[in-house]
Amino acid sequence: MSSAGSKKSAHEILEDEDFRSLHSQKNSISLILTILELVLYFGFIALIAFNKPFLSQKLSEGSATTIGIPIAVGTIVLSWVFTAIYIFWANSRYDILVKKIKNKIGG
Amino acid sequence: MPQAAQTMIGQANPVAIMFFVLFVLITLVITYWAAKRTRTTKDFYAAGRSITGFQNGLALAGDYMSAASFLGIAGIVSTKGYDGLIYSVGWLVGWPIIMFLISEPLRNLGKYTFADVVAYRLNQRPIRAAAAAGSLTVVLTYLVAQMVGAGTLIKLMFGLPFELAIGITGSLMILYVLFGGMIATTWVQIIKAALLLGGATLLVILTLSQFGFSYGELFGQAEKMYTNKFLEPGGLVTNPVDAFSLGLALMFGTAGLPHILMRFYTVPDAKAARKSVFYATGFIGYFYILTVTIGFGAAVLVTQKVILGVDKGGNMAGPLLAEALGGNIFLGFLSAVAFATILAVVSGLTLAGASAFSHDLFVGVIRKGQASEKEEVKVAKVATVGLGITAILLGILFKGQNVAFLVGLTFAIAASANFPALLMSIVWKKFTTAGAVSSIYTGLTVAVVLLILSPTIWVDIAHKSEVDAVAKQVKTIEDSSKAKIADIEKQKAPGLDAAKLAAIDTSVAAEKKASEAQIKEAKSHMPKAIFPLRNPGIYSMSAAFLIGILVSLLAPDREAEARFEGEKVREYIGIGAEE
Repeated sequence: MSSAGSKKSAHEILEDEDFRSLHSQKNSISLILTILELVLYFGFIALIAFNKPFLSQKLSEGSATTIGIPIAVGTIVLSWVFTAIYIFWANSRYDILVKKIKNKIGG
Repeated sequence: MPQAAQTMIGQANPVAIMFFVLFVLITLVITYWAAKRTRTTKDFYAAGRSITGFQNGLALAGDYMSAASFLGIAGIVSTKGYDGLIYSVGWLVGWPIIMFLISEPLRNLGKYTFADVVAYRLNQRPIRAAAAAGSLTVVLTYLVAQMVGAGTLIKLMFGLPFELAIGITGSLMILYVLFGGMIATTWVQIIKAALLLGGATLLVILTLSQFGFSYGELFGQAEKMYTNKFLEPGGLVTNPVDAFSLGLALMFGTAGLPHILMRFYTVPDAKAARKSVFYATGFIGYFYILTVTIGFGAAVLVTQKVILGVDKGGNMAGPLLAEALGGNIFLGFLSAVAFATILAVVSGLTLAGASAFSHDLFVGVIRKGQASEKEEVKVAKVATVGLGITAILLGILFKGQNVAFLVGLTFAIAASANFPALLMSIVWKKFTTAGAVSSIYTGLTVAVVLLILSPTIWVDIAHKSEVDAVAKQVKTIEDSSKAKIADIEKQKAPGLDAAKLAAIDTSVAAEKKASEAQIKEAKSHMPKAIFPLRNPGIYSMSAAFLIGILVSLLAPDREAEARFEGEKVREYIGIGAEE
């Protein structure tokens, strides 16, 4: 697997159709998920900073639990779900493209 | 309802000591086993890259879940309610960022430290010197914070003298790292993480059993005892810019912690690296949800009065709850777990510091990359002992000091000195050596200087006596005014006519107004911070990015640009990655 053994130069690999597809897909999904995570967390902080009454509402009549509690726990859970989405994408697309490109270089 | 008015906390607890000795024995056996397998630099720094994604996920969680977060967050929740929950969310959100931006490129491009990645296509020596400065500052500040916390907590839990607690912690940490390297450190982390997660889960089950396993019931009782304010956001976020700045530092600081980044080299490939973040995020998120539950449970079952009576910082909320629900045995177990937690975290930090010293400074800078593996491991071991002793001495030196700011500083520096350079070296073709070096030093300097000038240090620590003097003066004015008002109101006798009553009310109002003016005057002498924010992250991080970009654009480096193609291939498909 050393680069010295490969037939193609780095430049040729970069020009390869599959590599370009892998490159753009990986960048898009990383960027989208990063932005989602930023929006999620800083959205939560913004709610605390600018709309405390919203977070202080009760979940239902007679319940002590405020909306803020599931929102905070939801931020934690959703962050983890985002990592699961990335894993799912990487296992089903990324790894397969990497394998394909490596086979091509080896051949 | 159990009431832990009489607590065993703070006394030598035979159960706790037994559990702790057991933990130490097991980990020393592991260290002995690991020592026989630690020959090469790959073994010492990276556990031979033999750790699986799941194991590394647990170890990452072990590195990150400190005793301060376990005891501290439960404490904040029990005393401040919802605000503690806000705090815990901030500690988790950096992990997805690590996965999306850092984990795979880091594993594919580097060997042992994150400086390997930054220096990949740039000039080794200046980059490694700068990255080592960033790493070592982060490691040392975090280590001191953990050590002082360790001494204080162990003293609280076991009744051991502060110096002895630090001495035991430091010596064990040196033993693990010195002989067992990354293999021993990783297994110490894994065992500790499993114990901590298991212990916290058990505590939560016991807690919820008191409420018919209903969170609604728990919150209902919490509301009855402490009003609905307890379940609403309170005073934690008063300045939105400061909150945003803290959020940035927590989020991107996590992605710049050398002992966390180093763990990605212990797995065989990028796929395992990515997997380990998924597990780590799950474990850490679960842990914070447990910790928050423990905090609310302690507030209801132990009561704030008892918690604050044992420790003003609220740190004993978790142990007190364990004692109330599971008696002395559970208290002993949990105290031993907390001790083990401290030990594991400081070991991980020491190893990260030792590798920055030997791999980056000694081999990269002093020897210009020319050193045998044997030599490198030897220097890393010497550095381990040196760092360990430094940590013990600094811990004792800072005894009784308020070191909470050090944790904030650690994350601010990691987010400003380490993260921007690392990210730009991965994604930006035009990034240059000068750009990287100036970015690291800028982030480091700006973060440290702004924190010194901030209210956290400038007012709370450097001008503490003046703050106290003003507070004392205000208190005197208030007391004398209260006494005066009481005197005036004594004249109110039954049967006084309306005019006289009105006159008394007027003079009370006048007295109130006069004292308010005096208080305002006194408060105007309160020392002011030169930099207004408590968290410098927003400025120090922006400065590091900005300087890195400007310097790179002003003096382009065509050679480094040309080498980006090779870096990109290796970064994305892992060809040539260290095995």
